[in-house]
Amino acid sequence: GGSLTKLAYYSTVQHKVARVRSFDHSGKDIENEPLYEISVQEEITARLHFIKFENTYIETCLDFIKDHLVNTETKVIKATGGGAYKFKDLIEKKLGLKVDKEDVMTCLIKGCNFVLRNIPHEVFAYQKDSDTEFRFQTNHPNIFPYLLVNIGSGVSIVKVETEDKFEWIGGSSIGGGTFWGLGALLTKTKKFDELLQLASKGQHTNVDMLVKDVYGGAYQTLGLSGNLIASSFGKSTTADKEFSKEDMAKSLLHMISNDIGQLACLYAKLHNLDKIYFGGFFIRGHPVTMRTITYSINFFSKGEVQALFLRHEGYLGAIGAFLKGAEQDNPNQYSWGENYAGSSGLMSTSPDVYPMQRTRSGTFDMLEMDRLERPLVNLPLLKDPSTYIPDTVDLTDDAMARKYWLTCFEEALDGVAKRAAASQPDSVDALERAEKFRQKYWNKLQTLRQQPFAYGTLTVRSLLDTREHCLNEFNFPDPYSKVKQKENGIALKCFQSVIESLDSLGWEERQFALVKGLLAGNVFDWGAKAVSDVLESEPQFGFEEAKSKLQERPWLEDSYSQWLERLKEGPPHKCALIFADNSGIDIILGVFPFVRELLSRGTEVILACNSGPALNDVTYSESLIVAERIAAMDPVIQSALREEKLLLVQTGSSSPCLDLSRLDKGLAVLVRERKTDLVIIEGMGRAIHTNYYAALKCESLKLAVIKNSWLADRLGGKIFSVIFKYEVPCK
Amino acid sequence: VFPWFGLDIGGTLVKLVYFEPKDITAEEEVEEVENLKSIRKYLTSNVAYGSTGIRDVHLELKDLTMCGRKGNLHFIRFPTHDMPAFIQMGSEKEFTSLHTTLCATGGGAYKFEQDFRTMGDLQLRKLDELDCLIKGVLYIDSVGFNGHSECYYFENPTDAEKCQKLPFNLENPYPLLLVNIGSGVSILAVYSKENYKRVTGTSLGGGTFYGLCCLLTGCSTFEEALEMASHGDSTKVDKLVRDIYGGDYERFGLPGWAVASSFGNMMSKEKRESVSKEDLAKATLITITNNIGSIARMCALNENINRVVFVGNFLRINTISMRLLAYALDYWSKGQLKALFLEHEGYFGAVGALLELLDSA
Repeated sequence: GGSLTKLAYYSTVQHKVARVRSFDHSGKDIENEPLYEISVQEEITARLHFIKFENTYIETCLDFIKDHLVNTETKVIKATGGGAYKFKDLIEKKLGLKVDKEDVMTCLIKGCNFVLRNIPHEVFAYQKDSDTEFRFQTNHPNIFPYLLVNIGSGVSIVKVETEDKFEWIGGSSIGGGTFWGLGALLTKTKKFDELLQLASKGQHTNVDMLVKDVYGGAYQTLGLSGNLIASSFGKSTTADKEFSKEDMAKSLLHMISNDIGQLACLYAKLHNLDKIYFGGFFIRGHPVTMRTITYSINFFSKGEVQALFLRHEGYLGAIGAFLKGAEQDNPNQYSWGENYAGSSGLMSTSPDVYPMQRTRSGTFDMLEMDRLERPLVNLPLLKDPSTYIPDTVDLTDDAMARKYWLTCFEEALDGVAKRAAASQPDSVDALERAEKFRQKYWNKLQTLRQQPFAYGTLTVRSLLDTREHCLNEFNFPDPYSKVKQKENGIALKCFQSVIESLDSLGWEERQFALVKGLLAGNVFDWGAKAVSDVLESEPQFGFEEAKSKLQERPWLEDSYSQWLERLKEGPPHKCALIFADNSGIDIILGVFPFVRELLSRGTEVILACNSGPALNDVTYSESLIVAERIAAMDPVIQSALREEKLLLVQTGSSSPCLDLSRLDKGLAVLVRERKTDLVIIEGMGRAIHTNYYAALKCESLKLAVIKNSWLADRLGGKIFSVIFKYEVPCK
Repeated sequence: VFPWFGLDIGGTLVKLVYFEPKDITAEEEVEEVENLKSIRKYLTSNVAYGSTGIRDVHLELKDLTMCGRKGNLHFIRFPTHDMPAFIQMGSEKEFTSLHTTLCATGGGAYKFEQDFRTMGDLQLRKLDELDCLIKGVLYIDSVGFNGHSECYYFENPTDAEKCQKLPFNLENPYPLLLVNIGSGVSILAVYSKENYKRVTGTSLGGGTFYGLCCLLTGCSTFEEALEMASHGDSTKVDKLVRDIYGGDYERFGLPGWAVASSFGNMMSKEKRESVSKEDLAKATLITITNNIGSIARMCALNENINRVVFVGNFLRINTISMRLLAYALDYWSKGQLKALFLEHEGYFGAVGALLELLDSA
């Protein structure tokens, strides 16, 4: 670009992953052996890096590339933007690679499609005079068609219809260059940012002729307000009056923003489009221009068209150029996830409040995206994928909740770091890495206190996910692996007696005991501070103790009677999809007995566990071992596994929460094939922090025990209150 | 009852049309009160009033029949900031004793209503400016310009050599897009005499050109600004497509001569120091004109209208803008749209106001 270089590169990242492997137990003393073996292995994953820095550092950057360029097959480097021309010789000389210049607009659109498809909360609208200036949008399953208005020195208006089909439909010469050039002439201020600063302090009414200056008030017949601008600079038609720099800059900003907004609306109308994404240096990270453009679009479209902005707008060209170069690999066949640990996030909207941060992120900024092993898709049972929002509370919106949760995560941080270090007793640098982790996550939390929207909508889920990403970054892939191993071992020993006592009950009593077991199991959550305190101090705390902690019926949310009625009166469900939560007692003594009952009723079961570790949540590989061991004890489970009536699958996620719009494709296929008609979501992370309001096309059961007194209070209950939400979609 | 006036008080200029009866009978002559006679003499024997009032003699419509009376229609303009002096004069000439109604349109009809009443003891009849504008356009076009056509266009607008001004027959005018460029711009879609709507407007109009020129060049009149512009070179100020791509940008079908960024070269300090005031005036004129052309073209497409009539005082003595509008509309629409112009550019609102007066009589 003119002043900043945006570099996109692909790297393989070696990092540690925890693996579990079942022992061969034949002929061994099972009583005293651990259930399975845990090993930490090196894994190589793919990552996309995007870095933005000032052009003055380009040589340093080229040295870095030279040192890290491992793939000797690389002969060509793709470049786009004005600087591609300027630095061509330097790049070719330094790297010995050929520079391929790519068309700016093609790269921009490719990059735009990529972020729209792969980064949740990429898109936001600007809202004036609101506590949260940015309103993030959920990713729509179909991103096309849209209008991209790129405001560089001029304005380009492009209609994008499919991945490869786009058309330049118009433009305007009045753009960022006009603001900058004309602004420099009028105010003798040279820098673009300074001009914007001037503009934000000015009064345009001193320079512009307003409707009320002509009419004395509003132009009522047409409904034009008196404050509308009738003629930009209409009051400066005199040689003998001085105008302040601020006022002229403000008037110029309004003139240009209004004009661009008006033209964009005219094009949107002609092509029947209602989504306009704005980009280019005029917009990039400047709340002042986002505000004036949004105003203009709202005014000229009468609210019918929405002005939208992108979190990673500055990277689009670089991403696109990268994708052009990686076409053989076709990065679009994979799913990608934003790595919160490695990304600097959106800069502050209030340069006056946090000038330091503004300077930092204005010149150096990065984004990392991990290539996910498996493609992610929507759960086919979502009622309306385009309006589905996983998260229950938007912490960018809810200042009270935001303060509480940020403090909560801060307070738990020392404990998490300690546990991480303790999980690797044999590692010499574990303490040091744990401290680095602690520092990094602490800094992220501080950033989020000041800029809640840095990574899109702030939610309990994003806070949890960021923590997991930071732990991974410092090679703590699974701090709870040993705890899970031990708890799975203990729980397995109790499985048969739990089943026996359940089988001794009458049908109705058994149904209740099963639900209670599921809920009691859910108490064992190391992610909840109230519980981890208990588990740390009372190691013998068990299933029966947990049951006694549970709230008596009626529960805080209680549709148990309807559920029981459904079981009694209705035909067995065809297939149930269960999203499991914790390892140990939860999965073994809570979920499996429940699964067993469903199987006995003739309902098939898909049991979905996380692909990767998060807290003490059961992972897919752990669930395989657990299932195998249960099958050895229980003929119902054994035959169900053999006859594929019980299927274990992975969710594609490594989060303690659940985003039903980003699930493993294999799971989605199976859900469709087996004609799933019941979805059971268990646990606070998956059923309360997320999906509490998720609407599904089939029956669903959301259950959890609230292990956080603040949240309980919010929902009108006490700690260990029970949520049992049985929902039937309205016909 | 004479006198017959139509007044259009805009943001920058006041437009006044005056019907001078030429068929006054001897009897009427005797009865004509003294101050009425003095107004008639004052207006028709001068071409300038005070230091700022001007009668556009070349626009005068001769031997016109209005309401059964024969006479000449005069076109007079003065700056809006001289309104108080104008009202003062009306008061001194005892206009109020003539028992006539003063029909006025434009924003100033509302803004100065109170002043007319208190300073001049005059009751204004306020009329909507868009109604008046359309009425005026249709009327003047129908009576013609002293035997010539009121409406004209530029043939071969894309060819500087062959380009020439030719009369256009606007007998079946509908539908048409009417673009009125005063201080600001209003765009109307007109489907019949009574059926029209305001499609949109822009604040980048004549006032913007003039205002920016004052700030950039220190000029003090619209005429001076235009004169400077006619000697300037905007390509020194603007960044053209060829300045970025070395030539045409074929991917988008953009010719190298097209402006990519208005004032785009002014981002550079060296270039800011090397341009003249004339260059800046020209660039301002080109920027505003192209933008109006662009918005008008988009409106025409959205409304499915292919004739665009440009009026308003921004076009007065402004051939550069008219030719550019004709060119831009033709080029960017690939010949689908036609730009039309009217000789009485900025006076249609005032004419409409006069017609309202006669209609009500």
